[in-house]
Amino acid sequence: MLPQNRFPPVITEYVNATSLEMALEALADGNGTPLAGGSDLWAQKDNGDGRIGSRLVNLNRIDELRGISVNNGFVRIGALTSISEILENQELAGSVALLPKVADRFASDQIRNVATVGGNIANASPAADFVLPLVALDSEVEICSNGRDPRKQALSEFFTGPGKTILGADELITAVIFKIPQKNFHGVFCKTGPRPALEISLVAMCLTGELHNGILDNSRLVFGAVGPTVICCTNTESLINGSQIDDELVAGALDMMAGEISPITDVRASKWYRTHIARTFLEQELIVCRSK
Amino acid sequence: MSLKIEISLVLNETKVEASVGVTESALELLRREFDLCGAKLACGEGECGACTIIVDGRSRNSCLTPAVDLDGRDVMTVEGLWTEKGVDAVQQAFINEGAVQCGYCTPGMIMQARYLLNRNPDISEAEIIRGLEGNVCRCTGYKKIIAAVKGASRIQEGSPG
Repeated sequence: MLPQNRFPPVITEYVNATSLEMALEALADGNGTPLAGGSDLWAQKDNGDGRIGSRLVNLNRIDELRGISVNNGFVRIGALTSISEILENQELAGSVALLPKVADRFASDQIRNVATVGGNIANASPAADFVLPLVALDSEVEICSNGRDPRKQALSEFFTGPGKTILGADELITAVIFKIPQKNFHGVFCKTGPRPALEISLVAMCLTGELHNGILDNSRLVFGAVGPTVICCTNTESLINGSQIDDELVAGALDMMAGEISPITDVRASKWYRTHIARTFLEQELIVCRSK
Repeated sequence: MSLKIEISLVLNETKVEASVGVTESALELLRREFDLCGAKLACGEGECGACTIIVDGRSRNSCLTPAVDLDGRDVMTVEGLWTEKGVDAVQQAFINEGAVQCGYCTPGMIMQARYLLNRNPDISEAEIIRGLEGNVCRCTGYKKIIAAVKGASRIQEGSPG
């Protein structure tokens, strides 16, 4: 028996899609809910948040949505690729080691084995760990729907609020695509929470850029869990870019960043604590850059 | 009346069929339809690992696994480890070490340990600790559990535990 405060969704139709075309048809009228790994959807399904439509569309047998490929300097990660597959992928380990590193901090084996890249994006949690490095890599999301041409959207502009995105009810994320970073690429990911595994980040940060002689260029500074969506600190990036990282620059960057994030106090952490951790992460990582 | 879907799967090396509710979890299905009560419902949201099963060679939380998605898959639960040949090396090692207190987390621990050893029979202590991160023992009997997984690795190699 379900506890009384739970509201199981009313699903009247089930489609076990075996091709992308079949899935898009099943989503076309806007009443479908795509099912990938299920680690978010099955945890949320009884909470009555109204996000599950009347038709469950299982994507798990669509092989064309799986896998990691590299072509002409671009990496394409199929939406159904699991976090474990990211962690174990040799190609990524060589060319974009940041992604396996983030995958390594993601939940637990049991969750990594099923959670998908597309699902982590579509669920649109402000604390979604895997979104941060993908935003920092200037990823584009490939979006398909029935009867229209596929479109691409910058991942940094994909989220509109907690659990909210620009994705239409008839649309499906099919892949994320990004350029393989330069040789002198520097990328770090920091997160904190009460437990080493399975923590929903209280604060997560991704800092990337081209690093030479202690100077960071073309930087990206992305935070999770300190705003309604992932936050790109573009002003702080401009301040950091091309500048010698001295004490003055670090202090200025910390203050500017603190103005760009908008953490709240909730059951998991206070606004003060989140701000403090965000500053600590950035300071620590800028000092690392300075010494390289 | 919720929507029912017919599925067939290989469950502990036996082909079975079932009629499953579309919102049912694999955990609910195993316990309701097959009386396989090894996998436990504890947190119900993937935090504790007490419901761990192995599906197509990968461990996962059965509480977060849609039962309908087991269609055509190969599913192993803790009950499937005990064959005519006796208990599995992991089970024997848990017995040897006395790595059980209240027992609620044990089936999940054993399945995750089985998964870890399938992937790496020569697993280190650090890898065991890391691999069991998704499994919680509220009695906090981790030392013996970790020792048992190491022992299982030795039993598999043929030395006497």
